[in-house]
Amino acid sequence: MNATTRRQAIINYALLVFFCFIALFPIFGVFIASVYPSGSQPSSFKLPSHFAFHNFVTAWTQGDFSMYFRSSAIVAVSVVVLATGLSVLGGYAFGTMRFRGSKVLFYTFILGLIIPTEATIVSLYYDIRSLNLIDTWTALILVEVSGAVAFGVFWMRAAFLSAPRSLLEAARIDGASTWQIMWRIMIPFGWPAILTLMVLTFADSWNEFFLALVLTTSNQHLTAPAGLQVFSGKYVTNTPLIAAGAVIVALPVVMVFLLLQRQFIRGVLTGAVKG
Amino acid sequence: MEDLAARPAIIEVVQSPKRRRQERLPGEPRKVAYLYILPAFLIYAAFNLVPLVQGFNLSFYNWDGITTGQWVGLSNYRAVFSDPIIRDSYLHTLVLIVFYCFIPVAIGLLLAALLSRMRIRGLTVFRMLLFLPTVLTDVVLAFAWTWIYDPKGPLNNFLQDVHLGFLRRPWLGDFHTALPAVGLFGSWEEYGFCMILFIAGVMKIPASLYEAARVDGANAVREFFAVTLPGIRYELTVVVVLTMIDALGTFDEVYIMTNGGPGTATTVPAFEVYNRAFLTGQVGSAAAIGITLMVVVFAVSYGIAKVLEPKDA
Repeated sequence: MNATTRRQAIINYALLVFFCFIALFPIFGVFIASVYPSGSQPSSFKLPSHFAFHNFVTAWTQGDFSMYFRSSAIVAVSVVVLATGLSVLGGYAFGTMRFRGSKVLFYTFILGLIIPTEATIVSLYYDIRSLNLIDTWTALILVEVSGAVAFGVFWMRAAFLSAPRSLLEAARIDGASTWQIMWRIMIPFGWPAILTLMVLTFADSWNEFFLALVLTTSNQHLTAPAGLQVFSGKYVTNTPLIAAGAVIVALPVVMVFLLLQRQFIRGVLTGAVKG
Repeated sequence: MEDLAARPAIIEVVQSPKRRRQERLPGEPRKVAYLYILPAFLIYAAFNLVPLVQGFNLSFYNWDGITTGQWVGLSNYRAVFSDPIIRDSYLHTLVLIVFYCFIPVAIGLLLAALLSRMRIRGLTVFRMLLFLPTVLTDVVLAFAWTWIYDPKGPLNNFLQDVHLGFLRRPWLGDFHTALPAVGLFGSWEEYGFCMILFIAGVMKIPASLYEAARVDGANAVREFFAVTLPGIRYELTVVVVLTMIDALGTFDEVYIMTNGGPGTATTVPAFEVYNRAFLTGQVGSAAAIGITLMVVVFAVSYGIAKVLEPKDA
């Protein structure tokens, strides 16, 4: 390596480190703010003289976060299970079977991804109200699943399309039914894609704010991000407590991301740049 | 920010038909396929397609959400151009597009250009760190930035420390700085995603192309325009479309950071939909803004895909 390329490499790494630093510093900032003494006003990224970890306990107990977490967990788990199940079924049909209208149906599904929630939310609210489902987890689950299957069907179709034809043909010749082929061959084959779908769906459901804001009215059914918003309204001037609440709300997604980052990044990367 | 999971598939919709490879499906036609698709389709239709049609219908009414609505034809759509608040909300998204799309894309391209000439060690770690803002809850990040911008927060404190105290201000409460402050949050949230995608694209470009360019004596700038940029054209399309959609659909950060204010200085279409439908009883107008937003998203996505589409494919 000669001197110019070495210098170039150093500059490149310095830039990469710089941009990583910028990406992280507000996130670290929240963490630092969360351990300042409750009621104080942290005004820099300097660490406080002593860490007030008690803020997390205060936020958790006084901020009803255990309740918000229960709501979020119930909604997110239901959405992941339902959306993944329905997407596998639909994607399996689109990816392995020939039938009339398959193209039109498929494009109808992925159209759902461009329809912004803003275009449907108004009448959605009145629909949910006429179903007597305002302020229920069911409403959030149904609406979120409805959005998630649009992507899920697209994603699972692509996964099943990449299965070797010989695998399918062999099973068909052996007389396996479509149901058996799905369970015995396609689901094991598509498992990595299914796992990625579950991870992305979980993160989206956990992070969802707009729907919770519109469709939920009582504290008891609020999901974590919406709960954080209510909490911040109650403790408007207490930055350390709000920051502690923010850290608590962020934690589950950060943990899933750190554990399953391969699935995360594969999903967004190979998905977005497929073909 | 748009759902993580929505990202890949949006591109499928806007891709040119040539890109969609003709996939032949095996076996004879099977009617049972409809059964497999039915459950997903029912729930999708019930909570996406039906409300869309109803919303379209609502947009022709003047309705307060309680009493009987009144048919007003296209007047809710005319208001998109004549009502200064709605018009401003769309103009604000133009500013946000600069911050959510142009700036992050420029940063991403710069890094892609530099990194195209080397192997990156520790890419997994860099990728993970850069990706965190994309993964984390909008609401949490918006709170972080609300604190940073606070009159007594770190930004003003920092300016004081570096003897730029005269610049201190309530960034989110000032008519001149509130919108760019929200925008800067967007740039921060998006650039990691842009960089990751561009770096992935650059790594797919065959090294022989770079060697050929170097043999021809191309300098770094020529190399960027002749090899790197065409090589990541597809990633560029993806990133531009997605970040534009994010800019157009901004809601969470505006709601948390400024609530549309001061005055209406940071209001955006999504915020107006929420505000009108659920707070001020202008349901028809809200529906019309929502439908208009959808048309804009469609047009922008389609337009960008057409402009950036490789001509030779």
